[in-house]
Amino acid sequence: MKKDPEKLSRFTAAERANHWLSALTFILLALSGLAFFHPAFYPLNQLFGGGVWTRILHPFIGLMMAISFCVMFFRFRKLNTITQTDREWLGHVREMVDGDDRNMPEAGKFNGGQKVLFWLLVACMALLLLSGIVVWRAYFSFMFPVSVIRLASVVHAAGAAGMILLIIGHIYMAIWTRESMGAMLYGQVRRVWARQHHPAWFRQMTGGDK
Amino acid sequence: MALQSLDIQRRSATTTPPPGVRQTPKVAKLIDISKCIGCKACQAACMEWNDLRDDVGTTAGVYDNPRDLNENTWTLMRYAEVEPEKGTLEWLIRKDGCMHCADPGCLKACPAPGAVIQYSNGIVDFHEENCIGCGYCVTGCPFNIPRLSPKDSKVYKCTLCSDRVMAGLEPACVKTCPTGAILFGTKADMLHHAAGRVLDLKSRGFARAGIYDPPGVGGTHVMYVLQHADRPELYCGLPAEPSISPMVSLWKGAAKPLASLAFGMVAAGAFFHYVTKGPNEVSEETGKEGKK
Repeated sequence: MKKDPEKLSRFTAAERANHWLSALTFILLALSGLAFFHPAFYPLNQLFGGGVWTRILHPFIGLMMAISFCVMFFRFRKLNTITQTDREWLGHVREMVDGDDRNMPEAGKFNGGQKVLFWLLVACMALLLLSGIVVWRAYFSFMFPVSVIRLASVVHAAGAAGMILLIIGHIYMAIWTRESMGAMLYGQVRRVWARQHHPAWFRQMTGGDK
Repeated sequence: MALQSLDIQRRSATTTPPPGVRQTPKVAKLIDISKCIGCKACQAACMEWNDLRDDVGTTAGVYDNPRDLNENTWTLMRYAEVEPEKGTLEWLIRKDGCMHCADPGCLKACPAPGAVIQYSNGIVDFHEENCIGCGYCVTGCPFNIPRLSPKDSKVYKCTLCSDRVMAGLEPACVKTCPTGAILFGTKADMLHHAAGRVLDLKSRGFARAGIYDPPGVGGTHVMYVLQHADRPELYCGLPAEPSISPMVSLWKGAAKPLASLAFGMVAAGAFFHYVTKGPNEVSEETGKEGKK
């Protein structure tokens, strides 16, 4: 992809690939996992070649996502440190949701909402990985007493429901905030986009340029 | 797994009524432990009728053989040498296997439609062709009964000889028991008979004799007559108050509709936010100030 010098670089190719590998594995996991969660979603197993194949594949895809997510965690961990400005931003989040961003404190590369989302996703991922190993009947469940497996089943379902809800929100925010999808797809954003949505990051990138 | 397709009371992972036009009387197997001599004829009959042959194992110095239930052993004699009171030795022998709960934890936990079936006569049966091998039934069972076969990743357990019962026969273990310790009939008849046995045992000095038909799982369609009904754990860890774990009830109960509703609400909320508030675009003002 040819770089547009007028645009600001937001995500590197490696960051984008990492994000989309996590995203694709997440979609596959949500679809296959829902099949086991509620009978209404059971037909989704047909996407994976039937119930047995869905049961076989889900945990391996889960491992792929856990690894990809872990790499992403170390990539973005520092950028997601919550600061005083982020707390103020979160205090004004209601105005933001109403579509009025005039009084929002200046966000850096990520705003307070994105940072909270990041840490909630990290928590869900950790719970899903740990509980997922316990309920992986073919290789690991025999190592755990049934009470632990029962608890892990609840934790896995709760973690998954939490993650699905967070990702619905994440996808919607990307659609709602126009042009932000381009940042993750192509890596670049328009200067005005950066100036409006992430003013502190914009100044940092342009050296205080107004 | 058998052919009764019109007298189904409950079907796993199914939210609409299963075909249940045919109603059959509730049946039960009664195992009178006070009459059991531990001959294992029932275990052999089970293998024979169901064509199951476990691998020849090694002895561990006790009568329990094999050591545990497995995909080829659907019923197992468990031998306990206990002292219910100091200085009294008793050999309590329990025929272990599926209890056919009225409220089956396996069926509640199973995510595969029609892999676990409860017939109107109370028998809980696995239909292995629908089984996906997830092991959720093992997680759900309060009695630790289903066994996942490492060979085909399907779960197996006692069927209460649903195929024989359908044809009007008693289960193979009942047929073969030489002392009449295992009986089969309607649940009402079995309870009646068991009450007589309990009276008899009480008159013989077993003051705490009683029937094991645990209400925590809605009663069972396999019942025991116990000499020490106040202490079922004496019988190789028979649970005193079995019930579906609250964890399983939460996971396979409230969590399902609540989470599904939440998914729908959040997705709908996002959509209506978009159509009422409009997209969050780069404003004209910022555009004018900036270069591009």
